[in-house]
Amino acid sequence: MQGKGMAVCLPADIDTDLVIAGRYLRTKDRSVWAAHVFEDLDPVLAPRLKGAVIVAGKNFGCGSSREQAVHALREAGVVAVIAPSFARIFFRNAINIGLPLIELDLSCDDGCPVAFDLSDGWVDAGGKRYTVRPLSSRMQAILGAGGLVEYWRAHR
Amino acid sequence: MSTLSEQILGAAEGEYVDRKVNKAFAHDGTGVLALEAWRNMGGDRLGKETGYHIQFDHIAPANNSTTATLQHELRDFAKRSSMQFSDIGCGICHQLMAEGAVLPGEIVVGADSHSVTLGAFGAFATGVGATDMAAIWLTGETWFRVPESLGAHLTGKLTGVAEAKDLALAYVGKLGTDGATYRALEFIGEGVRHLSMDERLVLSNLSVEAGAKAGLFYADDVTLRYLKEHGKDATVQEHQDCSYRQELDFDLADIVPLVAIPHRVDTVKPVDAVTGISIDQVFVGTCTNGRYSDLARFARLVRGRKVAVRTIVVPASAAVLEKAIRTGVLADIIGSGCTIGTPGCGPCLGYHMGVLGDGEVCLSTANRNFKNRMGVGGEIYLGSVATAAASALAGEIASPEAG
Repeated sequence: MQGKGMAVCLPADIDTDLVIAGRYLRTKDRSVWAAHVFEDLDPVLAPRLKGAVIVAGKNFGCGSSREQAVHALREAGVVAVIAPSFARIFFRNAINIGLPLIELDLSCDDGCPVAFDLSDGWVDAGGKRYTVRPLSSRMQAILGAGGLVEYWRAHR
Repeated sequence: MSTLSEQILGAAEGEYVDRKVNKAFAHDGTGVLALEAWRNMGGDRLGKETGYHIQFDHIAPANNSTTATLQHELRDFAKRSSMQFSDIGCGICHQLMAEGAVLPGEIVVGADSHSVTLGAFGAFATGVGATDMAAIWLTGETWFRVPESLGAHLTGKLTGVAEAKDLALAYVGKLGTDGATYRALEFIGEGVRHLSMDERLVLSNLSVEAGAKAGLFYADDVTLRYLKEHGKDATVQEHQDCSYRQELDFDLADIVPLVAIPHRVDTVKPVDAVTGISIDQVFVGTCTNGRYSDLARFARLVRGRKVAVRTIVVPASAAVLEKAIRTGVLADIIGSGCTIGTPGCGPCLGYHMGVLGDGEVCLSTANRNFKNRMGVGGEIYLGSVATAAASALAGEIASPEAG
């Protein structure tokens, strides 16, 4: 799976309350989550996320298991998230919803192009190619299907 | 020789396994999305599987019509399925599972990050998101990567006013919010036998705040006695000689009252370093500190006196509330000027029953103090039940009194 986008830099330890606040969770309307994504972190960030590759610090997605955090990022147009590490529930949720995550400690240059290939395991940024550990075969299969819903629709 | 996670999952650390789930639960928050994902996967009716639970605890009762409508759909589904359904007021999902539902050696998955709480019984208990839960409803199983383990070696006994909550904050402070990410935390050592089940549940509960996939105790006589009281038989689990990726040592006698200051659980300080900070609200409850022993301790500390700020006490379950009524604990709490909420999560997640206003400060016995969590512009200090009692009486953050 390949992709590319413009880097949006974020700090370490972004919790899922910051991705989408609890007060917006009680709906199934995904556009609500996209409209309020990162509102408590930076209220003007949301419009910059269309076509973005988020490059964050360690432990992205810690805290609550709320899957709406992944839906909010995807609906807002985020292509992938790159971070040195992710909280484990967020990691599973992202793959299950079809949002690529890449474990890489990348120094972020805001607005610069970033490209990646998850199958071959590389990221291109700032004129350099970084090798990354590929996802487990199970996760690649889920992500390749488009998410866990699509995976099970195909595998039952 | 294997860690407890390896014993239960039946494979070595780093391996990927598919395992049948013994107990699976979701609440009104995650259940709505799980139901939608399950239907989209092609799920139509649940068979006769046992061990599936849905508990309404996050916004219980519903705070507005939108929430009520979403809950109505999930309630209707749960009642028509083979699931065990616990409606509003029954209590917090983790507490209900801890009242005799979860047994040592089981694989337990909850659609909530604090599902790690149930590791206190020697179960492999972990949290997932809604779509993973939907796949469990569909197939009865899920995949795991068997985690590496950290050993938290406990010696001695808690003394004075120190509580398991203070020890929990101490280890989160030491590990940091990602110090145990992808890993399981095992609580071992002779100090464990001095800890009650309620205390072990607190320690397992906070493990996710260090990023852990699970926080486990080996089932022992304390576990078996507790389960017997809830009508369940079990056998003890033996600790095998195994190697941990990292070992931490805690002498329980060294533990002093601590608070986590806004907005991180790992920014931990002695209560003595922050006394005098003015507060607007005290909240006692949640899957961390809303059990009967917590309410009884709080009542003993405030009995016959009056709290100086608004204080909300939310029992973790209907059984906790019932016992607090029967023993007079509730009368002492009400008599001191506190108010009581419906058993459930209460204001922990900032939906209802005690949301903070801009600039307000809360001393809470919960497990998260993230920015804006209990209300936009509100600040949360996390502490023990005794710290909550002392602070409620003083109207500012105060050190707990002996007794």
